[in-house]
Amino acid sequence: MSRRKDNYETSRWLKFKKWVDGETDLLSIGMEPEVPVSSEGKERRRDLARRKAYDQELIRLSAEHADKTAIMKARSIRYFQKFYKVMSVVLCLGIILVLLWTVASLPVTGNADNPANNEVAARYIEKGLQETGAVNIVTGMILDYRAFDTFGESCVLFIASCCVLVLLRLDADSKNENIRKMIAESDDRHFEPKNDIILQKCACVLVPVIMIFGIYIVLNGHLSPGGGFSGGAVLGSGLILYLNAYGYDRMSRLFTEKVYKRTTLCALTFYCLAKSYSFFTGANHLESGIPLGTPGAILSSGLILPLNICVGLVVACTMYAFYTLFRKGGM
Amino acid sequence: MNFVQNFPFFSIILAMFSGIVSSVLDGRKARNLSLAMIAVTTALSAGTLLFCLGSGESYTFMMGHFPAPWGNEIRAGILEGVTAIFFGIIMFLAVLGGLDHTAEDVEEKKLNLFYIMIDLMLSSLLALVYTNDLFTAYVFVEINTIAGCGLIMIRQKGRSMSAAIRYMIMSQLGSGLFLIGLSILYDVTGHLLMSPARESVELLVAAGSYRIPMLVIMAVIGVGLAIKSGLYPFHYWIPDTYGYATPTASAVLSGLVSKGYIFLLIKIFYRVLGYDNLVSSQMVNVLYVFGITGMVMGSIHAIHETDTRRMTAYSSVAQIGYIYMGMGLGTSYGMVAAVFHIFTHSATKALLFISAVGLYEVSGDKKDYISLRGAGYRNPLAGIGFTVGALSMVGFPMLSGFISKLLFATSALESPHKMLPTIIVLAVSTTLNAVYFLRLVITLYSRRRPEDAPIPETRARSSWQLRLAILCFIGVNLVLGLASQPIVQAIRDGLAMFG
Amino acid sequence: MIQHLSLNIEETAAVILFGIGFTILLLHRNLIKKIMGMNIMDTATYLFLASKGYITGRAVPIVVDGVQEVSAYINPVPSGLVLTGIVVSVSTTALMLSLTIRLYERYHSLDLDEILILAKEEERT
Repeated sequence: MSRRKDNYETSRWLKFKKWVDGETDLLSIGMEPEVPVSSEGKERRRDLARRKAYDQELIRLSAEHADKTAIMKARSIRYFQKFYKVMSVVLCLGIILVLLWTVASLPVTGNADNPANNEVAARYIEKGLQETGAVNIVTGMILDYRAFDTFGESCVLFIASCCVLVLLRLDADSKNENIRKMIAESDDRHFEPKNDIILQKCACVLVPVIMIFGIYIVLNGHLSPGGGFSGGAVLGSGLILYLNAYGYDRMSRLFTEKVYKRTTLCALTFYCLAKSYSFFTGANHLESGIPLGTPGAILSSGLILPLNICVGLVVACTMYAFYTLFRKGGM
Repeated sequence: MNFVQNFPFFSIILAMFSGIVSSVLDGRKARNLSLAMIAVTTALSAGTLLFCLGSGESYTFMMGHFPAPWGNEIRAGILEGVTAIFFGIIMFLAVLGGLDHTAEDVEEKKLNLFYIMIDLMLSSLLALVYTNDLFTAYVFVEINTIAGCGLIMIRQKGRSMSAAIRYMIMSQLGSGLFLIGLSILYDVTGHLLMSPARESVELLVAAGSYRIPMLVIMAVIGVGLAIKSGLYPFHYWIPDTYGYATPTASAVLSGLVSKGYIFLLIKIFYRVLGYDNLVSSQMVNVLYVFGITGMVMGSIHAIHETDTRRMTAYSSVAQIGYIYMGMGLGTSYGMVAAVFHIFTHSATKALLFISAVGLYEVSGDKKDYISLRGAGYRNPLAGIGFTVGALSMVGFPMLSGFISKLLFATSALESPHKMLPTIIVLAVSTTLNAVYFLRLVITLYSRRRPEDAPIPETRARSSWQLRLAILCFIGVNLVLGLASQPIVQAIRDGLAMFG
Repeated sequence: MIQHLSLNIEETAAVILFGIGFTILLLHRNLIKKIMGMNIMDTATYLFLASKGYITGRAVPIVVDGVQEVSAYINPVPSGLVLTGIVVSVSTTALMLSLTIRLYERYHSLDLDEILILAKEEERT
């Protein structure tokens, strides 16, 4: 009849059956790093961790245990560390050498008849002014010829600011206890320099100049070096200086979270609709109907000026938002 | 110019616009807008596909008033249409299935940010499918990366955030390599749009000049995109990433994100570098070797795992190895098999993750084998869904996995040198897949023992969205398995006009 | 070969910095240093791209005095690409820094290996 084998407990069939049921792992060879889990060990590990000497800690632990396998493990870890350093230098040199070998076969820099200086660049230079209306050829290129890339780039900025919002924004009206505690902790208003005379006087003089300079850069994107991105960065830095000098209360009269959301929404929506109109009319071979104006005037080059303004607003708001989120978790 | 030809452009712009608008909406409205937008863009892609099937050739759409090579353009054909439809369907079902879990996992005030990520992820996938320009592809690859990172870390648990930073580090390595490859390509050819660059590449190869830069370009772009899609030696970020995200995010990340990069790599191979140049330069052999290694090693790692989500994530590594093996075979048959496997894997992996959520719901949210014992009886629909997905991965007839393995085997017969290793590795890998998947299926359907801990009932019934999503995914799988002939024919025609 | 490298001195420097930045991003354990490595790598790529457009003896591509000859200006295309690239680099740096802040608040460590081990243990308990 059915009689259990004598050594059923250690037989292979039982081991297989246990593995199928998920109770043991047939092939595991202890691949995870063994770290002591006791609470006292946790405290000690936290302290040691701050010294950032990973192998010294292991050697110390193994010396305390005075176990032969632990010493062997520590030694093998030390060898591995050295091997790791050597291999990383070798990898770095390998990548550099492969790329240098490539650069040695590339065309010489500065040569006028490189493959890169072909009919594409020629048309941008020769006919750029007539076709886009922009005196600055690079602005004409990124906002008219290759406008889809710039649209994608604005979306990169937008989605990065959304991700930073997810991570760092602390909602004041949230019901979570943890978040309320974090808001209270990060309220560093008593550390803020309250009415620091030097900072405020300097800001009083500098902030208007910075803002006007930023607006000048944005508006002149198509006439001289500049454009939405650089101008927006300057505007953002002006806002940050004002915030640092005068504090959140005075800033919230000018710029709150609502203003931020509405500005970014309007600017990006306008950008999206304007560019879609341009792409749609272009692809369907329709006339776009937007006048190009006289080159050299501020109000010229069709859609480029409004688009620069939109991009400038978005970048300024994003830079300011990054600052406030990193500092205090919101506006 | 037919009005239908505007549809690819409309779909990309619509996805981006709904992402922008969702920044001021609250969670529920953003969710509804997202679902509506995915449905509309899928319908638009279907319209494009019908148009291309009717006209029999692909067309380009100028983005702006200037033709290539001065302005940007996108290109639509049969293969792009089919891929866009698939991505849309899978994203819709993934968002629908994980709806209530998303609402629980994410803070209420930040729920609209989650749906912004979903919208922009779809827009970047569509742009990668349709684009005809290398720099646009780089910008949208970055949008894809950041949206993927956002989806992973939205849960804000410790494990999710450490997975997110690991993912960002590996992705930035890949993007950096891709950008420098792009710069070298621009230096040698002078074009950023794909079709003019192809002509320059042909001239250079014929003249034999710049041989070393061409080799390095192929290597660097290949390695860069392989890191981002998780080919074998670069797969370390995959298990943590897929295993600790919300259900929607896991399904979208495992099913769609890597596939976008693989599609871009196929596009660059066909439209910029020329597939024949690639074969003659032995680059395909490198991809082939890594693909085969990935197939075997991914499955071996999966067998070690006790956490079922990480096990499913490791099986993704193996399946991506299949796709690279198909690309590395060097024949057009192999490429057809690889593209079909892209669709199969997206559908099946998403099905596995969504059904697994249903099973965890009735097992006290625990993910190891002992807690899942008997879960197939407690949640029958999720059990059936998981079983169908597992059988499809193994290659059971009537399901989609069988057709892809059949295509891989027949394409292997075309190339004499690689036939034997391919067939041996296919057999070994199928056996290994069966080992861990069937083990889980058996566990799901065993009865609970008296010594097992009692399970807390977290949920009476799964929500209707989850059940509907599982049913639709099973439907998609059966369609791919039973009615595969027209799809394979469409892929074959699409690849013929892809170059 | 050395002579060719010294002719393309900007590209050589860019490539060396790229390799250094790549290795730092890949192999260093400290998160802040990894982010610095990523920035070095990206900036090196922009240096490489920007040196592509340069042509000796020609001016910046802004039309002055109505001169629109090709032989008067450098190639404008790489400048536009670098503009886009810089914005992308800023965005990813901001994202990674905010992740680092959150991880530090939670685990009080900037060492990636240690954070992974602590996260794994936290999940086990």
